[in-house]
Amino acid sequence: MTKAVAIIGSGNIATDLMLKIKRLSGELYVAAMAGIDPDSDGLARARRMGVATTHKGVEGLADLPGFADVTVVFDATSAGAHRANYEVVRAHGAAIVDMTPAAIGPYVVPAVNIDAHTDADNVNMVTCGGQATVPIVSAISEVTAVDYGEIVASIASRSAGPGTRANIDEFTETTSRAIEQVGGAAHGKAVIVLNPADPPVVMRNTVFCLVREADEEAIRASVERRVEEVRAYVPGYRLKQDVQFDPVRHDHVPALGGPFTGTRVSVFLEVNGAGHYLPEFAGNLDIMTSAALRTGELMAARRSEGSHA
Amino acid sequence: MNQLYIQDVTLRDGMHAIGHQYSPDQVRTIAGALDRAGVDAIEVSHGDGLGGSSVVYGHGAATDEAWIAAAAEVVENAKLTTLLLPGIGRIEDLRRAHALGVRSVRVATHCTEADVAAQHISWARENGMDVAGFLMMSHLNTPGELAAQAALMESYGAHCVYVTDSGGRLTMDDMGERVRAYRDVLAPQTQIGVHAHENLSLAVANSVTAVENGAYRIDASLAGQGAGAGNCPIEAFVAVANLMGWSHNADLFALQDAAEELVRPLQRRPVRVDRETLTLGYAGVYSSFLLHAERAAQRYDLDVRSILIELGRRRMVGGQEDMIIDVALDLVRAREEAA
Repeated sequence: MTKAVAIIGSGNIATDLMLKIKRLSGELYVAAMAGIDPDSDGLARARRMGVATTHKGVEGLADLPGFADVTVVFDATSAGAHRANYEVVRAHGAAIVDMTPAAIGPYVVPAVNIDAHTDADNVNMVTCGGQATVPIVSAISEVTAVDYGEIVASIASRSAGPGTRANIDEFTETTSRAIEQVGGAAHGKAVIVLNPADPPVVMRNTVFCLVREADEEAIRASVERRVEEVRAYVPGYRLKQDVQFDPVRHDHVPALGGPFTGTRVSVFLEVNGAGHYLPEFAGNLDIMTSAALRTGELMAARRSEGSHA
Repeated sequence: MNQLYIQDVTLRDGMHAIGHQYSPDQVRTIAGALDRAGVDAIEVSHGDGLGGSSVVYGHGAATDEAWIAAAAEVVENAKLTTLLLPGIGRIEDLRRAHALGVRSVRVATHCTEADVAAQHISWARENGMDVAGFLMMSHLNTPGELAAQAALMESYGAHCVYVTDSGGRLTMDDMGERVRAYRDVLAPQTQIGVHAHENLSLAVANSVTAVENGAYRIDASLAGQGAGAGNCPIEAFVAVANLMGWSHNADLFALQDAAEELVRPLQRRPVRVDRETLTLGYAGVYSSFLLHAERAAQRYDLDVRSILIELGRRRMVGGQEDMIIDVALDLVRAREEAA
């Protein structure tokens, strides 16, 4: 039986997620969508698809018919709005998948740590760059200790909305923390670059890890396996080049506070979007909605198991 | 008569020329010499700005804090300043630089992305800093659109906005048009700056053209120490400024001495217009890509120029140094398929 979910937000991310659930998920259906702009394209589309809508935000959501059945709510609003949304959703007894930078709950990257957090009532989806790169840092960490993990995410300017632009420090800080906490690197660093080229560039991510012991075959196999695991829920995710290994000898690495001798592992990734609501070059937005969908499915399944127990 | 504000970038853009390997002692010595030679401002940080130390851009020989603290010990008259690229450095990094005595900052974005700098410029203003906007790769935007981006930076609080020719790709007409476009839209009290690279051997000429069209702040460095073929050589620019009868505070002979005795001996790869650096300007590629592209060419047995030309064709922007290896691997694959 499909399980009811709701979406707070009616912007690009919320609308893409709604279309993904409708087209891809055999397990979920969108019972309700809450926005704050009665004229938004997202709410209009939801109505056309037979989804109950409100433009009165999370308060309006609680009054909608069908909300009683909802066990998982996706929050695609802003960090500032998330706390209040969480209070209402928690009082209702549902879990919330936080796609904002608020990060009240634990960071979740489905291919890495979802199993540890399906019982949580609030999980955070990190950042688009984190969803693309943390699985790789983690795959390398499973083979050898990662002293330092660094990622560079480049996205098309047209896919960077006002929220991302006004909070670019949050992107680098949140992603760096997830590289450490979820990826397992001792030190994490993240960089984001906007490229305005026309036609727009596809999202690219590069992962650099400094490791002392490098079993190249084992690392390559672990990375390739992890890429396939991510592809299971983000079909446009792929390894753009073979994994590269370079011996390095640095007299001083400021982040490590001293010299480093070992191997630099470089992994080049590309993320094409599925083109549901957002254009295909916007892999950064697609990987966020795809990861949230996967997470929501697993949390809803866990909650329905619980109700049978 | 034109009054000029000369900002030295030997200890910031110059970092690129030596892979960010100045020791704090070298920074102290060079900053002291610049201060005594009368430059108006001395910029200190990793070449890619605060927080630039990384695998992708190169690890610094020291932290930004160590370099800045060393300069702060000796700078008495010049303004100690730094650089921040949102997406690489954060307000938190600027806060630490401010605590070490930095009272001026440039916030740099690609020439179409000024709005990512709003928070950082505002923070600098709220904390009493002199702040400038730095629109990199200015050749990739039209004069009118570039000026609209400059107006955005002014609206966030920038005292000055630069035409930043990161690729050393602008000709003198290109430069003049952009400075005039700034003057047309910016408030009279908002200053205009110029940041040139020597890739097409036009750094001094472009800086002079910028001044003639209304620029007040000029970036230059000892012996041209900077990314690619280097920046506008400060000794040459000051000599020209003297001949033009422009007013400034710098001492030509003192700068010449510092260039020859302190900086040129540190250069590993000569900083000059040559086959590779000219190609940067010709292809309109971010000058900081040079050493990374040379390393990739050596590692994968390629011609540096083929990598640079492809980077230009793909319209890669500052900060995408990771794509240098990606391009090299694509060229290797193409070579293997052709064989």
